[in-house]
Amino acid sequence: MPAFDEMTGGEGGLRSAYVELDRWLKEAPPEMLALRRSQAELFFRRIGITFAVYGDEESTERLIPFDIIPRVLTKPEWTKLEKGLRQRVTALNMFLADVYGKKECLKAGIIPADLVYRNACYQLQMVDFQVPHGIYCHIAGIDIVRVDADTFYVLEDNARTPSGVSYMMENREVMLRLFPELFATHRVAPVDNYPDQLLATLRSVAPRSASSDPTICLLTPGQYNSAFYEHSFLADKLGVELVEGSDLLVKDDIVYMRTTQGPKRVDVIYRRIDDDFIDPLVFRGDSVLGVPGIIGAYKAGNVTLANAVGTGVADDKAVYSYMPEIVKFFTGEEPILKNVPTHRCREPEANAYVLDNLEKLVVKEVNGSGGYGMLVGPHASKAQIETFRQKLKLQPEGFIAQPTLALSTCPTFVASGVAPRHVDLRPYVLSGANGISCVPGGLTRVALQEGSLVVNSSQGGGTKDTWVLDA
Amino acid sequence: MRIRISHSIAYAYAEPVRQLRQVLRLTPRDHDGQHVMSWRITPNIDGRLRSSQDPFGNLVHDFSADGPIENYAIEVNGMVETVNLAGVIRGVVEKVPPAVFMRDTRLTEPSAALRDLATEAAARGGSELSRLHALMETLHERIACVPTGERLGIGAGACLEAGEGIPQDVAHVFMTCARSLGAPARYVSGYVAESQTLPHAGGAHAWAEAYLPDYGWIGFDCANGLCPIDTHIRVATGLDYADAAPVRGARTGGNGESLLVEVRAQAARPRQQGQ
Amino acid sequence: MLSRTADSLYWVSRYVERAEYLARILDATTRLTNLPSAYGGAGTEWQSAVATAGCEDAFALAYDEANERNVCEFLTFNPDNPSSIRNCFALARSNARAVRTALTSEMWDALNGAWLELQRFERKRMDREEFARFLDWVKNVSLVFDGSAYRTMLRDDGYWFSRLGVHLERADNTARILDVKYHLLLPETEQVGGSLDYFQWTTMLREVSALTAYHWVYREAVKPVLIADLLILNKRMPRSLASCYESISRFLDQIGDAYDRHGPAQRQARKTLASLSNMPIDAVIRRGLHEFIEDFITENNRLGAIIVDQYLQ
Repeated sequence: MPAFDEMTGGEGGLRSAYVELDRWLKEAPPEMLALRRSQAELFFRRIGITFAVYGDEESTERLIPFDIIPRVLTKPEWTKLEKGLRQRVTALNMFLADVYGKKECLKAGIIPADLVYRNACYQLQMVDFQVPHGIYCHIAGIDIVRVDADTFYVLEDNARTPSGVSYMMENREVMLRLFPELFATHRVAPVDNYPDQLLATLRSVAPRSASSDPTICLLTPGQYNSAFYEHSFLADKLGVELVEGSDLLVKDDIVYMRTTQGPKRVDVIYRRIDDDFIDPLVFRGDSVLGVPGIIGAYKAGNVTLANAVGTGVADDKAVYSYMPEIVKFFTGEEPILKNVPTHRCREPEANAYVLDNLEKLVVKEVNGSGGYGMLVGPHASKAQIETFRQKLKLQPEGFIAQPTLALSTCPTFVASGVAPRHVDLRPYVLSGANGISCVPGGLTRVALQEGSLVVNSSQGGGTKDTWVLDA
Repeated sequence: MRIRISHSIAYAYAEPVRQLRQVLRLTPRDHDGQHVMSWRITPNIDGRLRSSQDPFGNLVHDFSADGPIENYAIEVNGMVETVNLAGVIRGVVEKVPPAVFMRDTRLTEPSAALRDLATEAAARGGSELSRLHALMETLHERIACVPTGERLGIGAGACLEAGEGIPQDVAHVFMTCARSLGAPARYVSGYVAESQTLPHAGGAHAWAEAYLPDYGWIGFDCANGLCPIDTHIRVATGLDYADAAPVRGARTGGNGESLLVEVRAQAARPRQQGQ
Repeated sequence: MLSRTADSLYWVSRYVERAEYLARILDATTRLTNLPSAYGGAGTEWQSAVATAGCEDAFALAYDEANERNVCEFLTFNPDNPSSIRNCFALARSNARAVRTALTSEMWDALNGAWLELQRFERKRMDREEFARFLDWVKNVSLVFDGSAYRTMLRDDGYWFSRLGVHLERADNTARILDVKYHLLLPETEQVGGSLDYFQWTTMLREVSALTAYHWVYREAVKPVLIADLLILNKRMPRSLASCYESISRFLDQIGDAYDRHGPAQRQARKTLASLSNMPIDAVIRRGLHEFIEDFITENNRLGAIIVDQYLQ
């Protein structure tokens, strides 16, 4: 199946969103594009260094490649997508509230109870605990792929600590600097209000006992974490302290920051530490990144953690396969965004089909992420397929399989010039007591290798600015 | 049988502790097999001691104290009346569905060797229950259980590979194997009263429980090679040692910790011979 | 501000200052040992350099003999010496990195650039000339860092904690020189006389970059009692104990005012400053120079601990 090209529509035509961009690309000399690209890289390297993390030899190279040709979505396309995202995230939050509360979706058989109970991300600590304002997943990153003009699939829900939003913002920043002329001919919806929206979201979910001006901080695992740049970037933009576990202390179920003026009470923690590491008294005892007693404070209702503990059960790949039913059950509506058809290997019939068609399918580990523990059948060697065959026979419940999707392509500036490359999209959806918000667009990831479908930065993926045209 | 427990845990620090926080799972609850007649936890320094329940229904004490602390000890004293139910656990407030206990954890991660061992042992039994008994016997023969002393747990896989381990890890091996046979299994920490016949008795101990739909939870003490009887006092359960550990702690300051633990678990009246 | 941020700013400055001090010791010791042997060097100059750097124990574990090669290696690039110049820069940089947004980009560039440059030096084989260039470069890094802090940082608690680090470290370093070499400044030494003493004295002055200043201040030949006066009590001399404490006390007061609370750190600093202001040098020497220095070191360490306790943890 040939991939849908977002510029040409696949038939050598020209889709309306790209008319201006196409004209500009035709006029732009390749040397100019190459020059702008190296300027962009310089910009990223400089802010990377400015923010400081990657100064040593081994990590200077850790820039994620940036493609200077934006990916363009029209207003109607985005409007539909956004509606679908809101519906999806609403359902995710309702699902989480339900599995940790009344468990009606389990009783109704919408999703097998075992799948929830046996999931290590289903945190027993959270059972029957009322999270502040009833919101679990304050920040969600929903990975979207497109297969034709009208069809968007959700590839994955990221409900724990989705990252990449700093790239969304920096990409726009560099585009505004390098291509002001393009912004003159396109009415591009801004993304730079994301930190304001995030701050408003975090403030809205402060515990009821907090003052009207709650103290918020961002909890990072520290400077050796690969996303530290983003943590420091966001803390700066939000105007909140960037804290490590050792900067916080808990006394009588209240969380404080250690400051030079003594302990200062904290009300909301945007935490970028995984559940397992957040409290050594409750989760992994060998964690030095967390805060002893923070779960006690959380459960006493004295601090809000965003995202809540235990959201991982909602973005598990096996749970994912039930999302259409989950959306329907909780919202009473038909899902606006489709799921990629998914074979649950835990079901013997499905597993038999998967075993027979390994060379056509993508097989994913239920608890894996970042493209690890994954088999892309059409690109795999015989030996790799055999390894997965054995794994699937031994532990079928650990896997799901999906057809290989023809991800849409976008024009991308590569060595040979401008050529189509496969892309996905991660919009960021914020949920607070003040409602749901979502800045237009998100982070577009692009597989820079010709024909490649893997957009993960760990495997040679790059990023693009994402434009939603206002008119 | 009445069992008297005295358990003291004493810490000394080369550098004083500034802030201390501990989570104690040192208090048994009543169920059909045991009745707690008296129980007392006494820290020897000022601090805040609060009790609560964890998700598994264990009784938990949260102790926090501010420094400087150079020495610190907790004394646990109590008396429990037990009856022999031949390993069957009844009357426990179960807060978590059995399916939860099918999860793999870091200390009970399955390996090919563990799966093979489970399959081999299971072949010796017919019913689900007898398969688990066979598994217990196999482990009792195969793995040399050594006193905990100052050793730390290494997890099921490493324990099987070493062919020996402390009771915690022997329990982990059993749990991992039982789960691979499809039976939910959980970790139990507790005490075993002094006994003429049991090799691991007279102090703190750890064993496992497995769930069978027809029977409910049943205890398996591979280290001693039997299902828990009236010598055993259950204190806490969980997915593995980490969930049920008697003490979990965190502190600031306090480098150079040394620990002294003394436990006695004795029948309050001597048992009659030949029972 | 977060205690950790203040702590890192404080330590970044301390480590940079320490690196500079090590370079000064090595520079001055090299000069001293280059004297023709007719001047009767005792041959213990390198041992004395290690003592002045405050790492005798670690050195004894790593080497048999305190000669030029061993000591230079130990104090410059040795990765196992926690206070080698290399490790001072490494620690300064990693502290800086952890609180990157609290530094100005000029300060960060100074440290990051120094770290990269240091690795180039580390790979080189250095002759004496090159080594001298290296020591100059270290002093320059400290100047650039200090200058960028002075010229670019907001004057708030971050700046004050960073300055506290500089001056506490500086006071400690000057006191250390005095502690190791106090005997050269005692009156009885003067009677023994001999030309080596003269060079020893000028070495001490070089170690705190005060040789020129000495002549401007006293306008006489180098005399031990005046050296003691210059290094201990003279407030015009930036590396003197009194001058360091004047700064320490001022920055602590600024912090105290900003936080609306003065505490044990402020009191301790004022107490030490008073003891450096109220006694002429003759009296200090009469009452025992060595005891005075030892007391000072104890009090200075106490202040460090109080600052940590009051603000940094």
